[in-house]
Amino acid sequence: MIQGRAHKFGANIDTDAIIAGRYSGLSEASDLARHCMENIDPDFPGRVQRGDIIVATDNFGCGSSREFAPLAIKGAGISCVIAKTFARIFFRNAINIGLPLLECPEAAENIESGDTLQIDLSSGEIKDLTKNSIFQAASYPDFIRELIAAGGLIEYAQRKLAYRPGKDG
Amino acid sequence: MTIVEKIIQAHCDKKKVSPGEFVSVKVDLVMATDCTGPLAIKQFRRIGVDKVFDPSKIVLIPDHFVPNKDLASAEQARQLREFACEQGTRYFELGQGGIAHVLMPEKGLIFPGDIVVGADSHTCTGGALGTLSTGMGSTDIAYAMATGEIWLKVPPTIKIAYRGKLSRWVSGKDLILYTIGDMGVDGALYSAMEFCGEGIDSLSMSSRFTMANMAVEAGAKTGIMNVDRKTRDFINQFPPRPYAVYTTDNDAEYARIIEYDVSSLEPQVSAPHSPANSGPVSRFGNIEVDQVFIGSCTNGHLEDLRVAGQILKGRRVHPRVRCLIIPATQKIYLEALSEGLIELFLRAGALVGPPVCGPRPGACLGVLAAGERCLSTTNRNFIGRMGSPQSEVYLANPAVAAATAITGRITGPEEVAKK
Repeated sequence: MIQGRAHKFGANIDTDAIIAGRYSGLSEASDLARHCMENIDPDFPGRVQRGDIIVATDNFGCGSSREFAPLAIKGAGISCVIAKTFARIFFRNAINIGLPLLECPEAAENIESGDTLQIDLSSGEIKDLTKNSIFQAASYPDFIRELIAAGGLIEYAQRKLAYRPGKDG
Repeated sequence: MTIVEKIIQAHCDKKKVSPGEFVSVKVDLVMATDCTGPLAIKQFRRIGVDKVFDPSKIVLIPDHFVPNKDLASAEQARQLREFACEQGTRYFELGQGGIAHVLMPEKGLIFPGDIVVGADSHTCTGGALGTLSTGMGSTDIAYAMATGEIWLKVPPTIKIAYRGKLSRWVSGKDLILYTIGDMGVDGALYSAMEFCGEGIDSLSMSSRFTMANMAVEAGAKTGIMNVDRKTRDFINQFPPRPYAVYTTDNDAEYARIIEYDVSSLEPQVSAPHSPANSGPVSRFGNIEVDQVFIGSCTNGHLEDLRVAGQILKGRRVHPRVRCLIIPATQKIYLEALSEGLIELFLRAGALVGPPVCGPRPGACLGVLAAGERCLSTTNRNFIGRMGSPQSEVYLANPAVAAATAITGRITGPEEVAKK
């Protein structure tokens, strides 16, 4: 169970907004986190607390394939991102590095900044404790569940290759 | 099935695939750059295999923060080069390569029917060759380098047909800016765009690459085109290898079919801060610029430089405008030099840079200060994309860019060419 405060953003939050390209030299999540969202919300890195949740509307994470965007968000301590829709490369990258995402248009519309949320990732249920309302996010397809269960794509690959026929171990 | 569905089907163990299905496919080419490669290498090491699945199917290309601008970028480029040497992958050093998305087709690494994945969102450029070519993250690329496979969600296909003959100075860039302006930056989210019709048939390969390059700006997985005589002429330059040409079945299901009549289309300009803010250049009167950039994986082709040359020939860049021109690859640079284009640009007062990605934040060339405005032939004009969050980027084709460099304000090519 995840619990945290919501930080609300709008539509088409792009990867340059999430982490400006000028920080591409950084690769540690904690370093990236210090500049997370600063192009559009300079106070965000100072305001965000571990466990907080980003809520946005359409096409969150559009733009570059740079994995630094979900890494910066994860490094900032964000426990989950809720949006109406996600850009496809961002979706892949987040799942691959173990940053949970939930697609839920109703939650994205209704939740406001500062609301306290409680999320059950396994069922996709989102509770807005401030507003006393409940939303149901779309469930993951089986394949994505498998990836998440493994802990991410690298862990999934480790298992897959370990079981490859003809390979020791 | 559609072209994209047929390519996916041919690369997995299924007889038929449908949109929404998750499949594991074999890949024909895996690409990473100095920007995303180091993280892919780090993740590759974590998987715990010693060797990449097939070194001949992996290409590593330094093009983002090179020539090394500082110690951090030098370190990234070194990691890429050392990994390439260790694994024996394909690698194109500075001076022998160029921008990945232009270089891969130029070197004959992409053929019709292939699946190409790259750790850069503009990998979709290869779709112009009838290829399923798509961008991913570093972790995906690490997985592909280790296993030769990748997971894909079969995308629905949106057919976009262009009717009518294009006017002079109207290119693939204008068709795609117009399309994104109409569909929005998420208009093709998770989907494949299939570009077709008379408007596409008439385009050169360069212009087709430009269009496919920007499919991701509409949220698409790829932008794909049919193989025709021009495609075959292009790939016939290279040593032959087997390839597969797919066409969409008559009874295939499209998610959407869109038709545009482009016979009266003007050159397009996208205003800050979205590629979807596009409109005809005539609507952008008296917007002064500080910088003009002609180049990038979108518009750094030889044809783009020739178009800029037609406009700049015998004219001068405006005294307070920085005009930066960057050929996309070493080969294009050399051809432009032989044709006299480089001399023409230098005499006109433009600066010609080495064949790399160029202006974008963190890169080594042409970063914008707060309050500065640039008209650029690149593909993205998000806030802070080329430098300060207080700078502005307008997107356009190379003819508009060259005309703008001369007048110092956003200008259609007709206005300059008439004089």
